[in-house]
Order: sequence, then structure tokens, then C-alpha cells
Amino acid sequence: MAAIIGGIATTHVPSIGKAIAERKYQNPYWSPFFKGFDYVHDWLAREKPDVAVIFYNDHGLNFFLDKLPTFAVGAAKLYRNEDEGWGIPVASSIAGDPDLSWHLINALVADEFDITICQEMLVDHAVTIPMALMWPGEKWPIRIVPVSINTVQHPLPSLKRCLNLGRAVGRAIDAYTGNLRVMIVGTGGLSHQLDGTRAGFINTKFDQFCMDKIVNEPDVLSRFSIHDLVEEAGAQGVEFLNWMAMRGALTGRVTEVHRNYHVPISNTAAATMVLENRALAQREAA
Amino acid sequence: MQQDIPGTTMFDGAQAQKGFALNRMCFSFNNAENRAAFLRDEDAYCRNFGLTDEQRAAVKSRSVLRMIEAGGNIYYLAKLAGIFGLNVQDIGAQQTHMTVENFKAKLAAAGR
Repeated sequence: MAAIIGGIATTHVPSIGKAIAERKYQNPYWSPFFKGFDYVHDWLAREKPDVAVIFYNDHGLNFFLDKLPTFAVGAAKLYRNEDEGWGIPVASSIAGDPDLSWHLINALVADEFDITICQEMLVDHAVTIPMALMWPGEKWPIRIVPVSINTVQHPLPSLKRCLNLGRAVGRAIDAYTGNLRVMIVGTGGLSHQLDGTRAGFINTKFDQFCMDKIVNEPDVLSRFSIHDLVEEAGAQGVEFLNWMAMRGALTGRVTEVHRNYHVPISNTAAATMVLENRALAQREAA
Repeated sequence: MQQDIPGTTMFDGAQAQKGFALNRMCFSFNNAENRAAFLRDEDAYCRNFGLTDEQRAAVKSRSVLRMIEAGGNIYYLAKLAGIFGLNVQDIGAQQTHMTVENFKAKLAAAGR
């Protein structure tokens, strides 16, 4: 049986890719952010996940505005990164897990989530930077199933919808017969705004509120509309939708085991969280 | 009716329709040869993508606020900005009429 071992949420700012390439781990600007991954590395070494389901948003690499799915699930054997046009190094390809992908696709559609199915899918920095942060300088020891959420073109799916998408993914993983240790990743955020005269907007109070509530009261966050989220978290802070989906997929007893929050990285309030998930049945048996 | 959020343009259906040609051109900048072609002959490149007069003037002015006004989406505009060696902090400073140094200082202050 598949086990959902936990979730990791992290910022995916493109300039992190450059900082990694230039090995700026000790640089005073970067170290408060990179240090937040020491715990993550220990956790991953201990927990040894086989597969990561990654909720992220594409920024115009795989999808353009001509055809833009609200939710898209990868079903590829291999996911390639390519030139994104803003000067970050192209990352190595990442292995997929088509069996798990198709299991999730079948389960999600049966559960009335009308997702787009992608047998070919380029993954952008919103996948590759979290991978490089979690496994720096390594050949990535994990397979992935990327799930893309539209955070670019309004109307966006609601916080509630993304939480429920995650819950459907979690139920599907719980029912998967493969003997896998699955981790869930949500990337992007927290508060930031790149465009308009409000560029540079940061809201530490709202970010802290989101990080507090997402652990065991994620439904409280569902009461915010997308308009509220843009207002409180900034135009690109809506990437928090990926965090909500990640949280939804943690179907058991959830404990926060790590949090790092640092402002700023580039224009963004940078945040990293690790949430452990313990299956309810397993807990009763223990 | 929802209140507008000051300094913020929702990239909605109206903006997406308005900005399609401009965003499509910026999408092409994922390719290094296309970036070089733009630098070689900007007028011809913009013409090929059918930019409106407003979009062409906005690109020519290098003003990100004008490009947003013309329907540009910031993730796509960032690919154009990258051609000129500008990152999101540079364009943040430009849009808020600050020096890059002051814009960075404002962000740092937000964390204290």
C-alpha cells in the first residue's frame, strides 16, 4: 500500500536557481533562506520518499495563454526543463511515474475533477527549483507526478477547490496498491507582487496566518476569495493555491515539524514548511 | 461589484484578449534565437507578431506599466525584460518609480 509520508511547501523564486548555480549558500543575503533546508535534507534522508506529487504553476513554459488548463496532471516517463527566457540554467530531467500518474488521473476524473492529461509536459522552475533545494547537487533520487494549477489567468480556481483537489489526490494515493512512500510538494508564494505600482507588496502578517492555519485548519483559509487572496498576498501570492492542494493531499494526522520564513528573496516572502502525515489507521494500530 | 485593488491589474479575460499578441511575442522569447532576432530587428519582430500600435509603443518605451496597460502579463513581460538584462527587482523599481537600491531596501524593511 502507498503511504503519504508528508508534505513540503517551498517558495520557487527563479533567482534561487541562479544562486544555486553560483553556490551562494553562505552568502549573507541567501543563507537565511538556504539554511531553512538543512532540516528538509535530514527529513528526506530519514523518510526516503519514492515519489513526489508536486503541485505547482507553470509560468509560460509548457502552457501558453492559447490553451490553459485549470488543472493538469503529468503522465510522462520523463519531465524536461527548457530555457524559460529569464536566464536561469536549464535543469536536469526528472523521472516520472506513469503508473501512479494514470491511477491519479482515473481517480480524479471519477471524483469529478475534469483535469487535463499530459503525456508530454515541460516542467519549469516551479518544479526544478524545489527539486534542487530538496536534493542539492545530487542526481534526483525520486520520481515525480507534476500537477499544474492555473495561477496566471483569471478566473483562478478557489482555495476551497484546490484544497479539495488535494484531498481527492490524497484519497487516490491512499487507495493505490503500489508499495510506495509518497511525499506531496506545494510550490510558490508566499506574499509577493511583481506587477503594477503595487510591485514589492509583502504581507508578513497574512503569511504567518496562512502558515498557522494550513497545518490543522486549512478550511478556515477557504473562506478567502481569489480577490481577497490577491489583496492580502499580492497578485502572485495566489501561488498559495499550490500549498492548499498539497495540504489537502495529507489525509491523516498532520503535524508541523519545520518552518522557515524569510523576507525578502528577490521580491518575495520566502517560506519553507515540512508537514508530517501519519495515516489514521496506522496510528490506531501503533 | 468588487473594489479594485490599488496598483493591481487583474489578468482577466479582458486583459488576456487585449494582450494576446504581446504575450505571444514574449512567449517566443523562451527561445534564444528568437531573443537574438528581436535584438537584431525589433520593428520587424514586433510586426511579425502583429502587435497593436499601443503594444508596439509600449514595448518601444520599455515601460512595464504601459505594457501591462496594453494587456501584457507580468510572467511573459519578464521574459522580454530578461532580454535587456532586467530582473523582477529592476522592473519592480521601474514600476514604482524608485531606484533599484530603494526598492530593495523597501523589501528588506518589509521583513523587519
